[in-house]
Amino acid sequence: MMNFKFIFKAISVALVTLSLTLISAVSFAATDVRIMWYGDGDKENVPIAAQIDEFNAANSDINVILDIVPYDAIMNTLPIQLAAGEGPDIARVTDLGGLNKYYADITPYVADPSYYEKSFGPFLNWYRKSGDTTSIHGFHSTMTVTGPYVNKTLFEQAGVDLLGPGATWEEWAAASIEVANKTGTPIPMAWDRSGHRVSGPAISMGAKYFDSNGDPKLVDDGLKAMTQMLYDWHQEGTMSKDLWGSVSGSKYHAPNDWWNAAEVVFMMSGSWQIGRFANEVGDDFDWWAVPAPCGPAACTGMPGGNALLAFNANPAVGKVMDYLSSKEQLSSFIGQVLAIPGHLDLQVDYQTDDPNAKHALNTFAGAVPTIDQVAFDLQAHVDNRIMFNAIISRLGQAIVGEMTMEEAWERMDEDVEKQLKEKYGG
Amino acid sequence: MENIRNQIKIFFLRILNIPFAFLMHAIDLIMWPIQKIIGVRNMPYIFLLPNLIFFGLFVIIPLGANFFFSLSSGDELLFAERELPTTKQYDQLFDCESYLNPNTCTEDFFWRGVYNTIFFVVFQVGLMIFFSVLTAVILNKKIIGRGFFRSVFFFPVLLSPVVVGLIWQWILLKNGAFNAIIESYGGDKVSFLTDPSWAMASVIFVSIWAHMGFYTLIVLAGLQAIPPNLYEAAEMDGTSRERIFFRITIPLLMPNLLVVFILASIKGVQTFDEIYVLTGGGPGTSTSLIVQYIFTTGFASSGSVQNFGLAAAASMVLGVVLLFLTLMQLYFSRNKESKHQEI
Repeated sequence: MMNFKFIFKAISVALVTLSLTLISAVSFAATDVRIMWYGDGDKENVPIAAQIDEFNAANSDINVILDIVPYDAIMNTLPIQLAAGEGPDIARVTDLGGLNKYYADITPYVADPSYYEKSFGPFLNWYRKSGDTTSIHGFHSTMTVTGPYVNKTLFEQAGVDLLGPGATWEEWAAASIEVANKTGTPIPMAWDRSGHRVSGPAISMGAKYFDSNGDPKLVDDGLKAMTQMLYDWHQEGTMSKDLWGSVSGSKYHAPNDWWNAAEVVFMMSGSWQIGRFANEVGDDFDWWAVPAPCGPAACTGMPGGNALLAFNANPAVGKVMDYLSSKEQLSSFIGQVLAIPGHLDLQVDYQTDDPNAKHALNTFAGAVPTIDQVAFDLQAHVDNRIMFNAIISRLGQAIVGEMTMEEAWERMDEDVEKQLKEKYGG
Repeated sequence: MENIRNQIKIFFLRILNIPFAFLMHAIDLIMWPIQKIIGVRNMPYIFLLPNLIFFGLFVIIPLGANFFFSLSSGDELLFAERELPTTKQYDQLFDCESYLNPNTCTEDFFWRGVYNTIFFVVFQVGLMIFFSVLTAVILNKKIIGRGFFRSVFFFPVLLSPVVVGLIWQWILLKNGAFNAIIESYGGDKVSFLTDPSWAMASVIFVSIWAHMGFYTLIVLAGLQAIPPNLYEAAEMDGTSRERIFFRITIPLLMPNLLVVFILASIKGVQTFDEIYVLTGGGPGTSTSLIVQYIFTTGFASSGSVQNFGLAAAASMVLGVVLLFLTLMQLYFSRNKESKHQEI
């Protein structure tokens, strides 16, 4: 009888101990914070992964999970996940205004909201909904500026001088053709297939993108001038149809393979390529970033960048954002990836000895003050992607002969109108 | 000795039977009252229920959801947040000044997809049948390494469409393997994938290469089912080879060719992945088929409005086409069965 009592007591004590252990384990279990991240290869993925590991090691109550995904997943899968009420806690996003209905306000959960205002002030409005001037949704991971690169070695071999600030698009095209002819390079000029890339030069040609009420109005004389120029360059052979022709619709495509193989004299892309070129081109040839070519209205590129934005607001997300946006972490990250910081007061020690990369960083950083206000307004507009996609898909069709430029311009406006109707009704 | 062995065998079988017996009794406990209520005649429906539930969950409900999406508008995913009902998506799809000119249609990408799909299916299916018959006839002969060649022709069928697309992209690109061969013989490079006049032909060729093995197998099975005595009789009568082929082989192969025709047509209309990898639907929209239109409109809009309603409406139209082709297949296969029964 005594034995049964003893066994019963022992089992009871064991059960209570087990329950308490389980309860405490559940109470102190680390909170998961999931980040959806796209990176431009290892040069961006390795530094962020190291920072996340460091954060996890220092914060046992939070477990940050870094999901590295292709850029396509950010553009196409993330919006569907968010629409279905799923999605990560934080994501690295480039369609900054387009997803703003899903952003969470993390103001109550960050240590010092004024730090975000002081450090990322102008960019915070790019994430906010219309009329909102106070919410904090995240921070600019890197700032980007679109602009051209030239293969300096080819220019030197051809004995053609690089053009200086103030040179027009026509002059750069002529110089690139001359270099290509003299050096036997197959492609004088190549552009990223992207409406965003076309927009800076179009603004230089006088494109306004908005009507007097601030509503999207895509096609005007400025946009016509730039798109006509691109069309003509494709027909004349200044640009190769093989690049933009290899995909359809609004799909992005970059000419990096040809550039790396020194088959392109002049490449229109942007500051995010610096780290990649430093790694991939190496000593094969000298490449320089050059100031944005001019049109009659301006000499501007497009601003842009990517931001880490929150889709859930809680103390753990706030803590992760504080950590990643801190001067120390951002400076280390930007220094390794060779980008322009989105932080307004950041000293960066760039981890490169490559003179081409250093020159390009200076060129693009110097280009920021010259960016036209229309370009800033366009980048900040919630529906800018609709306009970018309309430009590139219709221009692509015209270039391969599926429609005339007149028809393409008509379609661009119709596409924008149709999409806005679908989105906002009416 | 034999008797003891049998006894042991029976003993083990009985032990093994215990869990099954328990299971059967447990099922009986559930089924018996059900049978009492609904009657023996209706019991098959109960046994079909698990499959019907899965079919309903993964086919019927999504089909219904797709139909309702096609009757709604807006960029929200959840029904509660969408404008419903509206025929706007169908109106938009079919709004054309002239159906023969996609440029006059509001949804010109859809109509380009329709015409590209028709062109693709007509040529791909026609050429596929031709080459399948040709290959099957050769593989049906007593040639050296027949087994090896049968495997070789079937092998591409086992490859993932993405792998097929990537392999042929590597071969057909301007700087690809095929152009390197052309150049080595002094020829000029050809833009197989980026010249609109070449792109569709390249895509049809790759698609035939990837799927021909499967249809060859069907035709081969048909060839082997033709009684050899018919050929022997024809040869004894001195009939020419061409006449034998067109008067004996082709007529007796017709049921198989019909199956190949219908299956290849259905598959052709659904084609997407290998072309998407190979050309991305370009240049322009010259290789963009209907399924790609549905995909990009609904799910890959790169920051534009994800128009689920329009994509759903287009997939309903595609569904009708596929339903028609499936009914054709059912009609002809039943026709064939009834003829066999008459014989």
